[in-house]
Order: sequence, then structure tokens, then C-alpha cells
Amino acid sequence: MTITIRAVDKRFGRYPALNNIGLEVRDGELLALLGPSGSGKTTLLRVIAGLEFPEAGQVLFGGQDVTYAHAAARQVGFVFQQYALFKHMTVAKNVAFGLDVRKAADRPSKADIAARVAELLKLVELDGLGGRFPSQLSGGQRQRVALARALAVSPQVLLLDEPFGALDATVRKSLRRELRRIHDATGVTTIFVTHDQEEALELADRVAILNKGQIEQVGAPQEVHDNPASAFVCGFVGEANRLVGEVTQGRFRSGAIQVPAPGVAPGAASAYIRPYDIVAGAPGEGFEATVRRIVLHGPVARVETVLDGGQPIEASFAREDLNGAVQGGRVTLKIKQAHLFPVVQG
Amino acid sequence: MSVQSVLPAVAGPRRPLLRRRSAIPGFGLTMGLTLTILSLVVLAPLSAVAFKAAGLGWSDFLAAGFSQRALNAYRLSFGAALIAAGVNGVFGLATVWAIVRYRFPGKTLLNALIDLPFALPTAVAGIALATLYSSKGWVGAALAHAGIKVAYTPVGVVIALTFIGLPFVVRTLEPVVRDLAMDVEEAAASLGARRVQILGRVILPALVPAWLTGFALAFARGVGEYGSVIFIAGNMPFKSEIAPLLIVIQLEQFQYREAAAIAVVMLAASFLLLFVINAIQAWARRYS
Repeated sequence: MTITIRAVDKRFGRYPALNNIGLEVRDGELLALLGPSGSGKTTLLRVIAGLEFPEAGQVLFGGQDVTYAHAAARQVGFVFQQYALFKHMTVAKNVAFGLDVRKAADRPSKADIAARVAELLKLVELDGLGGRFPSQLSGGQRQRVALARALAVSPQVLLLDEPFGALDATVRKSLRRELRRIHDATGVTTIFVTHDQEEALELADRVAILNKGQIEQVGAPQEVHDNPASAFVCGFVGEANRLVGEVTQGRFRSGAIQVPAPGVAPGAASAYIRPYDIVAGAPGEGFEATVRRIVLHGPVARVETVLDGGQPIEASFAREDLNGAVQGGRVTLKIKQAHLFPVVQG
Repeated sequence: MSVQSVLPAVAGPRRPLLRRRSAIPGFGLTMGLTLTILSLVVLAPLSAVAFKAAGLGWSDFLAAGFSQRALNAYRLSFGAALIAAGVNGVFGLATVWAIVRYRFPGKTLLNALIDLPFALPTAVAGIALATLYSSKGWVGAALAHAGIKVAYTPVGVVIALTFIGLPFVVRTLEPVVRDLAMDVEEAAASLGARRVQILGRVILPALVPAWLTGFALAFARGVGEYGSVIFIAGNMPFKSEIAPLLIVIQLEQFQYREAAAIAVVMLAASFLLLFVINAIQAWARRYS
């Protein structure tokens, strides 16, 4: 199911939550809505689900306008951050709920529902736990139940709102892989919301990055990381050193640091440099800095340095390139690549 | 040979049998206070009643506690209290829903009004209700036209007990309704449930335990209610005489043991009913 979002506006009182959002979700893809809190990502998900209605714009499911259709009519599966399970029902009853509430004519037989429940519990690896109550399950298990319940109605779209937000790091990692596996097994178009860039980059086919109610960039994880469309994306996705400076005569200058700036308009600009785009330089090339701390991660050395002007710079390169650098000593560093963005005045 | 093995084992302080180590202090203190207060305030007077009644002997006890007049009074007291608690269960729930879920002008006023039966002297309530529902009162006159008599009949008793019991249901349900998670309702809606199904399958089952508590409180209050009822009931023996009134009548005739006998029967029946309600409640809460 292709989902098209056209020029959607949504405000809460005077506060604009979504501002002219346009997005195309491809059939069968796993898309992440990534952004800081307050960026509007959850609101956008709820607009797609029919739990929130926009003031302007359109939401289309496979070409059909569902902007103001009720949640029940959209055939979406929604997974909430806090599970939202029915506490008074067993796991099996929770999963069967979407089928149980159908009108008699559309409702599968009891045996069919039981078979479907068993199949789904197997899919989320909870076989045999159908008789338990949600209170008897761990957080990770509860979220699996919520996932099975959402999938039970064979939704056209699966929507997940920070599905791993309430779980601890280990469970989150394993459930993340699980979601990818389930997505690949069912092939259902899936959109999930997260503020965790690692989660988004690892799990999604494509990532849509939101900031202040607007979409900054949509693309494959590698693409948004390597070619960020805006300063915000560059700062939010992946790590980066941020330098403020000026572009003159095709070069960006900030203190001792200079990088070529082809095609960047002269004037105030900021440079975002990934730690792993900074390498150890031979004496005479690049710039010098004082080492504050060296942290070794196996073969990789993370070198925290500070420039003479006080600007901190973090570099990350192979351990053997350290060349005897020590804490408190001086190192020569060279910038391989920088992302430059003109500073917007105002 | 190590030094330790030569030394005899040192006997540590023995752990009292009934006490488990707990990070939360105060079990001994709170349990002690609970038992003391419960004994002094609740159990002592109740056992005094039982002792008094025991002075009657078995056959006289049966004659006093299970006379036709007493049986009719029990039926009225318990029946009217059950009906009133049921009425409050329905309207109390609607009231709670309105004051928790919606904003409307006069909400604060309505909220205060609900508690009024708690504060109002019950005799005042009884006289007011009797005046209102008598055949000459505002409501009673209208009902009399339709051939319905309320004041000085069992219906009047139900109305008085409904008035008394409403805040119990409302105040018990209110925090629970307030805490109902919106996302659970949204989950049900996204799974295709219609509004009625969400109410019946998701919201009401979650409210059952608290609703039963409110029902039990309103019911218990109704069984023991005296002040407001006697003004509207008419107090006709065998017809509109409540059990607490029968006890007072016996006391006025210096038949203390007979009064105690009726009290014991009421106590036993009340305890049994509350016990059953609590059991149902425990069953309804089995999932938590």
C-alpha cells in the first residue's frame, strides 16, 4: 500500500505541529520517521492512523483519500509506546480483539480466529503464552503482544510509535531485529517513529527526518548520513564537530582550520565534520591541536582534542595512526571531508 | 587446620518466625495499630451486641430476630439498599463520565453538589425529600396525577437511599475513570472496534472492580441508613418499616435483647453480602 501525504498542516492551539508536510511512502517499505521530541513525528504518524485529523492537506492510501476517514475504517495496525494492551484480557484475547469485534458476517469462525492467534503468537515468538494476562509478561513480551494484535487484522499499513522506547537497551536491540524479520515475512508497509538515529539507520529502508514540523530530508540511511540536505540533518544523524566560520574565495575558514568550499556562497557558514573524516596528518599539513583524552575502542582511537582558540575537535581514526600521541601532547590532524551550510540570517 | 574450624559456631540472633525482612519498615507498627483500633472501635461493640442477643436463648432469639415483622423489615432494608445502589451504579457512572471526560460550565458547582449528601444532616435530607415527594409536594403532586405514590411507601425508601449513596459510587469511580489510558481506547478504535464495543469490551471491564467497591459502599450505607429514611418511609409495620427503625422501636420498649437479636441478623446478612461482593471483586481483579 502506497501512502501519499500532501501538504498536511496540523496545529495544536496556536502551536504548529505539522507544517506543509509532503511524503510518499512506497509499497512494502519500512520507513522511519526520525526527529527530536516536538518535531511532529508522532503527530504525523497519528494523522496517518486516523487518530488525529489535519487542518489542511490530504492523506491518500493507494490513491484513495482517507484524510478524514475514521481509524477503524483505515485498516491500519497501530503499536503504542506504552503497549496499550487490554489488561483484563488474556494475551490470546488481546490478539484476537480486532477479529472478535468484526460484524458477524465478516468475522472468521472461532476455530479460524484461534488458528490465526496461534500463528501470530508463533510469529512473535510467544507460542504457549496465550493464556497469560499482560501483567504476567515482561515489557518486551508485552510489546510483542501489541505487535501481534496489530498484525491480526492483516492491516494494509503497520504504524509504530516509538515501539522500543520503554524497553531496556538489550531488549530493544533484539526486538529491533525481530521487527525487521517480521516486516520481511509479512511484507506490510511499515512506518515507525523514533528519536534514536541508530535505530532508524539500522532498521529502516528509508528515513524521513523531521524538525519543527517539517521534513528536512527523506532518503536511504546511507544517503542521509553521507549527503545531509541541511545543517540540522547533519547534526542530528551521525556525530559531527560543528565549526562556525566564514566562506571567502571558495574556502571555509574558522581559526586555524581551512577547508575548500566549492559552490558555497560567500558569507557566514557552519561546517560539520564527522570525527571519522578527520585523520592524523603529517607535520606541516592540516592543523595542530592539544590532546585532551584518548579512548580506544578496539582498533579505533577516539581522540578528543582542543584547538588553541578553545574549540573542541573530536577525531576518530585507526589506532596505529596515533603516532605516539599522548594526553596533553600535540597532534596534527587533517580534514578529509566537511559538510558546509551557509548560516541563514534572521 | 584453619583457625575458624576450631572455634565453635557463634549463635547469631534468632530470626522471629513470623517476621520476614522487608525493605519497607513499619509492618509491626501499622499492623499493631490496625488490630488495636479495629478491636476497640469495631469488634468490641459488635461482640457486645452478640452477647446481648445471646442472653435471649435460641428459641427467643429466633422469635425476635425472625418474626414476620422483622423479616419484612429486612426485606425492605436490604432490597431498597440493593435497588438504590444499583440505581447509583448506573447514574453514578454516567455522572463520573461527564465530570471526568468533558468540560462544561458549572462543572465545579456540580462537583460540589455531588458531595452534599455526605455533609447534609440526614434528617434534613429526609424531611426535604418527604416534602418534595408527598402528594402535595412539587414532584409528588405531578407523580400523584400519574397515579404513582412515592412518599410513605417503599419507593420513597429507595429514593432516600439513592440520595444518600450517590457520592460513594461517584467518588470511588472518579480516580479510576481519570486514570483510564486514552491509548487503550485508540488501540481498540484502530483495530476496528465501534464506540459501543469499546465501551462494552474495553472501558467497562476495566471499571468493574472500582464500580463494585462503589456499589458495596453505597449498599452498606443504605442498609444502615436511618435518619433520612424514617421521614419519607411512612414507617408502617410490615409495609414501609426499615430494620434499623424496628431496632429503635424495640429499644424504646426496653426490649434490649430483642433489639440486639435483630441487629445480629442484620450484621450477619450485611457481612455475608459484603463478603460476596468482595469475592466477586477479587475475581474481577484476577488479571492484575
